[in-house]
Amino acid sequence: MNSSALLLLITGLSVIAFITARQRAYIHGASSKLKSLPKHYGVLTALWSGIPALVLILSWMIFQPAYLHQQIIQSLPESITIKGEDSLSLYINTIDLAIANGEASDDPVIQKAILSFNDAEKKSRIILTILVLLLSLSGIIFGLTKKLLNSHARVGVEKVVKGFLALCSAVAIFTTVGIVLSVLFEALRFFESIPFTDFMFGTSWSPQTAIRSDQVGSSGSFGAIPLFVGTMLISAIAMLIAVPIGLLSAIYLSEYASARFRSIAKPALELLAGIPTVVYGFFAALSVAPFIRNVGESIGLSVASESALAAGIVMGVMIIPFVSSLSDDVITAVPQSMRDGSLGLGATKSETIKQVIIPAALPGIVGGVLLAASRAIGETMIVVMAAGMAAKMTANPLDAVTTVTVQIVTLLTGDQEFDSPKTLAAFALGLMLFLTTLILNVIALHIVRKYREQYE
Amino acid sequence: MSTNTTATLSQSFRAKPNSMQEDITNDATSESSEHSQHITIGENILENAKFTTRNVNVYYGEKQAIFDVSLDIDHNEVIALIGPSGCGKSTYLRTLNRMNDTISNCRVTGDFLLDNEDIYSKKMDPVLLRARVGMVFQKPNPFPKSIYDNVAYGPRLHGLARTNSELDEIVITSLEKAGLFKEVKDRLNEPGTGLSGGQQQRLCIARTIAVSPEVILMDEPASALDPIATAIIEELIDELRENFTIAIVTHSMQQAARVSQRTAYFHLGKIIEVGETSQIFTNPRHQLTENYITGKFG
Repeated sequence: MNSSALLLLITGLSVIAFITARQRAYIHGASSKLKSLPKHYGVLTALWSGIPALVLILSWMIFQPAYLHQQIIQSLPESITIKGEDSLSLYINTIDLAIANGEASDDPVIQKAILSFNDAEKKSRIILTILVLLLSLSGIIFGLTKKLLNSHARVGVEKVVKGFLALCSAVAIFTTVGIVLSVLFEALRFFESIPFTDFMFGTSWSPQTAIRSDQVGSSGSFGAIPLFVGTMLISAIAMLIAVPIGLLSAIYLSEYASARFRSIAKPALELLAGIPTVVYGFFAALSVAPFIRNVGESIGLSVASESALAAGIVMGVMIIPFVSSLSDDVITAVPQSMRDGSLGLGATKSETIKQVIIPAALPGIVGGVLLAASRAIGETMIVVMAAGMAAKMTANPLDAVTTVTVQIVTLLTGDQEFDSPKTLAAFALGLMLFLTTLILNVIALHIVRKYREQYE
Repeated sequence: MSTNTTATLSQSFRAKPNSMQEDITNDATSESSEHSQHITIGENILENAKFTTRNVNVYYGEKQAIFDVSLDIDHNEVIALIGPSGCGKSTYLRTLNRMNDTISNCRVTGDFLLDNEDIYSKKMDPVLLRARVGMVFQKPNPFPKSIYDNVAYGPRLHGLARTNSELDEIVITSLEKAGLFKEVKDRLNEPGTGLSGGQQQRLCIARTIAVSPEVILMDEPASALDPIATAIIEELIDELRENFTIAIVTHSMQQAARVSQRTAYFHLGKIIEVGETSQIFTNPRHQLTENYITGKFG
């Protein structure tokens, strides 16, 4: 039986286990007192019959390829196995290919290997099917014994559910750890060839490495400071746009707007968050940037066609909903009794907002702003399309600058060799970027948590 | 909403300019009141009252919460508003400093005079009114600021102190009047939210006193407090009577008996009976009042 049929079988058996065990618990419960509800006995029996079988199938899926390869190697004559690791794996690859394509090969050795492969596979499948059936059925039988009927089934079910929940959260955590480690190891390889201090404190960024040793301009420089300056410049412009607009619109929506207007305006504002960043990128590169250049030139300023200002403004618009939505939530969460207390003392609405509501909501607002800032720093698509490539150290928003994310994209697109410092630099940049946003997020979460403590 | 109210008000003023001094029976049978069957028993009308309210009706959307209530509050008295839950006593209290303005579908009609001044007229700024008629709420609601800033909040808003030392004085006197100064004098800069429930409520009273209101409205000020804190607040209310007029909503009849001079019994949005507190509690004239006092419902 193939795996999907087995899965279906296990599901079916579990359902049967559930129904019969529950029925039995009902019958048992009529004469003596049960420790849990009948459905708990049903669920526990279903779990007993399903989970061991599922674990078996999963481990079979993981270990089967290795086992089958072992079978192939055993079937091969010594003349091939003796040749060494590399040629052997090459040979096994051809056999794998032949099996996958279902071709009859002329080579008798391969024919024999295919035969033994098929044989082993068939055998392992039969064993698997029998084992799964056995496990599943023995689970059901165990579930119907007196021992289970006398146990606290609910506690057992809750343990299993708790374990499953823990497993899910572990997946998220281990994924993060895995990403960090993979970036970290690549970054460490980069720091083997380029000193850490040169990277962190260098002020010149031109990531070239020589293909030949005598090539002109072979000495690349990997100073990341211009990139971080560019990132900070664009993020700062974005925050200058997003924080006032987001905060003031949040105040309007939560304190002044009528319920009807709010029900229309809030989703409309949040729609901004749903626009793909690529589309924002078009908008920045094709509409905003030329507009800024034309305006600048008409008043006699020299504006680069890919200015930090254009990218920053559009990025600011993109993160308005982050600021406004989070601020709106925390402002709405300020208890009505605060407003009543202030109004009852003869404060006007605006005095109440300025002196009671905003201070009370401030930690939450700051948390929201920091989350938006980390979003701005990590934003890629808008800056790739609108910010330019020149790694310039400048605070002039009308100049073209480049950002960390833009450089990561350029370093990794196209045909690249994965052991040159040029490519590995992307991982070092990624690591730095990750650490920056991580620190911002930690600070933001800390502040938000502190705010919550105040009202509970 | 406010224009609507004012229109009703000025009309009713024009229609019967002398009705304020008339007997309530005449008033209740006049054509303007829709629920005229109901007659309040007792002395709800006073000469030279601090607060005069006539024919008050309050609506939440389509639903009417207060029916044709007329009640006067005397200078420097504590009047207790009692009655079963949902009888409209809190709603009535909130009309007295126009806190109902903040509820969007709430509509108020009737005449409200504070020292013979119409508080719902166009000329009356609700913000200034609330400085004259302060309010203490059911749940202590200190601002997330220091104790000092909590009390100084109102005086700062209204510019009551020109110098810092004047402000200090206002804060200290208010805390003293609220009986809190001794307990907090060493930690005026600590957050007000860190105080105990009873202390927080006294802080809120101090905050209200600091604006020097004429009337203080208290909406079940002790219902979230333990018995000891309640006793302190009740004692305080009695002391405050010297300088302020107080209207207090309470669920506790013992509390009403302890702190008030007069008591008004509300039932389903109407005032059933008003009288001297001792009379209401010992010798109620209306059957509903007696049922409530004796605990037949509540």
